[in-house]
Amino acid sequence: MNFNAKTQRRDGARIGEIFLCCVLASLRFCVDSSAATNASIAPAGMVQIPAGVYRPLLKSKTDAAEIAVKSFYLDVEPVSNGEFLEFVRAHPQWQRSNVARLFADKSYLKNWAGDLEPGKNAPSNAPVTFVSWFAAKAYAQWKHERLPTIAEWELAANASATRADGENDPQFKAEILKWYCESSATEFLPVGVGGKNFYGVRDLHGLVWEWTADFNSAILSGDSRDDGADAKLFCGAGAQSARAVDDYPAFMRFAFRSSLKADYCIHNLGFRCAKDL
Amino acid sequence: MKTNVLKISFASLLLTVAAICPSKSETQAAAIPEIIGSENAVLTDAPNVPPPITRTYATKVIVNLEVKEVTRRLADGVDYTFWTFGGSVPGKFIRIREGDEVEFHLANAPDSKMPHNIDLHAVSGPGGGAAASFVAPGHESQFTFTALNPGLYVYHCATAPVGMHIANGMYGLILVEPANGLPKVDKEFYIVQGEFYTAGKFGDPGLQPFDLDKAVDERPAYVVFNGAVGSLTDSNALTARVGEKIRFFVGNGGPNLVSSFHVIGNIFDTVYDEGGTTPIHNVQTTLIPAGGAAMVEFTPKVPGTYTFLDHSILRAFNKGCIGQLKVTGDANGAIFSGRQSDTIFTEPETNSVPAVKVEPVAAKPAKNSQSVPANATPAVAAQMESGRQVYQQICFVCHQPNGLGVPNQIPPLAGSDFLAHEKVELIRTLIQGRSGEIVVNGKKFSGIMVPQADLTDEQIANVLTFVRNNWNNSGDAVTADEVRAARAGAKPVAAANSFE
Repeated sequence: MNFNAKTQRRDGARIGEIFLCCVLASLRFCVDSSAATNASIAPAGMVQIPAGVYRPLLKSKTDAAEIAVKSFYLDVEPVSNGEFLEFVRAHPQWQRSNVARLFADKSYLKNWAGDLEPGKNAPSNAPVTFVSWFAAKAYAQWKHERLPTIAEWELAANASATRADGENDPQFKAEILKWYCESSATEFLPVGVGGKNFYGVRDLHGLVWEWTADFNSAILSGDSRDDGADAKLFCGAGAQSARAVDDYPAFMRFAFRSSLKADYCIHNLGFRCAKDL
Repeated sequence: MKTNVLKISFASLLLTVAAICPSKSETQAAAIPEIIGSENAVLTDAPNVPPPITRTYATKVIVNLEVKEVTRRLADGVDYTFWTFGGSVPGKFIRIREGDEVEFHLANAPDSKMPHNIDLHAVSGPGGGAAASFVAPGHESQFTFTALNPGLYVYHCATAPVGMHIANGMYGLILVEPANGLPKVDKEFYIVQGEFYTAGKFGDPGLQPFDLDKAVDERPAYVVFNGAVGSLTDSNALTARVGEKIRFFVGNGGPNLVSSFHVIGNIFDTVYDEGGTTPIHNVQTTLIPAGGAAMVEFTPKVPGTYTFLDHSILRAFNKGCIGQLKVTGDANGAIFSGRQSDTIFTEPETNSVPAVKVEPVAAKPAKNSQSVPANATPAVAAQMESGRQVYQQICFVCHQPNGLGVPNQIPPLAGSDFLAHEKVELIRTLIQGRSGEIVVNGKKFSGIMVPQADLTDEQIANVLTFVRNNWNNSGDAVTADEVRAARAGAKPVAAANSFE
């Protein structure tokens, strides 16, 4: 079992509790490693995503049409400011004024009031944003977890509230597209407010963009119609190799990911963690 | 299968774009001239155009353009979240000179949701700069190109999915003036056509999301100039004086439709076809491809309001694609007399009745044309306002903004005795349309009014309330319930007398 720190933090992230969680963090690591021997019980705050198949949106002639995804654990909710505060307390080198510029651009935690004070623009229960890929990865390592791969993230995010194959649910896709069409929020809802999907995961759509471990594996030129040698994605010519040219939400996620570099910190980009069984 | 057909056509469209882009300007590429000095580009929002370039040498021009995602008006009562180059649709007008070295900075606003980029058709290089300029929210990219070919060019976003980025308003024009400049004119204006694929129909109120199915099927709810219905009409109309030489820089952002650009009552003396440098003369309507542009020049000879539109006319009539140029100055009867007579015409075989002169028709401006009656209740006032919006989107095209109609063709609504009919008759006219002869204020009309059954019950009630209480008319308000009842009764099997 875990100390269920996540649930406590959801309840308001009172500073005292966070402090307690920090004190207990090292104990938790021991618990995590023993829990790994029993794969059927998901760590607190996570759910098990069953093995499945991910069909990439775009692929070259030599790429596999389908990628088998092993079963894994995924955070139910994106990481919150309150949770990230624990991390930077434990690892001062990730505090805003200490972070190495190589690992996070100058927008890092820009909406926080101070190094250890998220403040009113970054409520404890809102998703942490303005974090780089390096910072997200370090957080996951601190938790003995990792970032999900694109394949894992897309597999989980393909589920609507009622079915695993949300791609075949026009209503589900229309709702996602609608969110993508709306102006970006300036204040985010708390994590966990979004409804659960088929697997019990929340907020994969409709709250923030999320980092993935291999966000840059699908490098594309940034030109939607490129037909260059390595342009397996987003090409206009490449629309031929797209799994579904009408899956605009998937195109947008791929475009967004490919616009990123690992040190970028963006106002609506957060993350969640995954873990092997 | 239908979906397969759509996929194939989408793919081949993109293929075509990709195939054309890299090949431009190989034959005409000029030697790169010496660059002298540098300056920041003057950028303007439509319908304004930066001043002509007076430089006689090439320089380094620094362009700073910021992508902003903004929610604003698409039509009265209708909002849309536009993605823009510079805050409005179309994007900022960029004016440079042939041979200039352009240092292009594309910023993406920190609060943007999407990454963006820019493909300038004036660029000789892969993607027109698309890959070089690709930029995440809160970041800025830079690339440099030399403007080798003079002409008027479209620029647009090319980020996946490209169709949606363009459909949301990401296009504008860049003018590369020839080294020896363009001929001098008195006034220049910036106009770009584009269509919008909203989930709701034309006029459906509220914030309207993008509709992917309509976009793929090329069924826009709106076709407009400069990003909104009415952006160039009434108080936003362009203005000029008789005898002034006018130049329109006209672009077509698409994403799908081709424009048949026409100015009613003017002939283009000169058209720089497809934005190129070879002028053609005496043109009535010029075709502007999606992702293309044209410069048109003309000189209004007599005063009046000149409407310009996409002559694919239902787009103008039903989807908002019109603008106006209001020209003041002295009349010139030698060029255009105006109406000289109006007589009853009889067929030759029955011409025993001599032609009879009827009283001349003089259009008098209606009094209090837009005012709400002083005694209107708040609810009726709200209906009036909402009805006014419907009128200005649909009815005005025939019945005219002042409600006076068109003599002998379209009956007037201002001071109209026809409005004294039973309300249900008026409602039925909107739902079912009307044809055959009617008499209004003692004059016969025999045109056809098309049905407006797509309007909601509320919209019909509101627009009838507006018409019945405007322009010296007086009648009580029409309610949505009355419209519902009439609509139910209007079904084919229902007997007409069920209304009474």
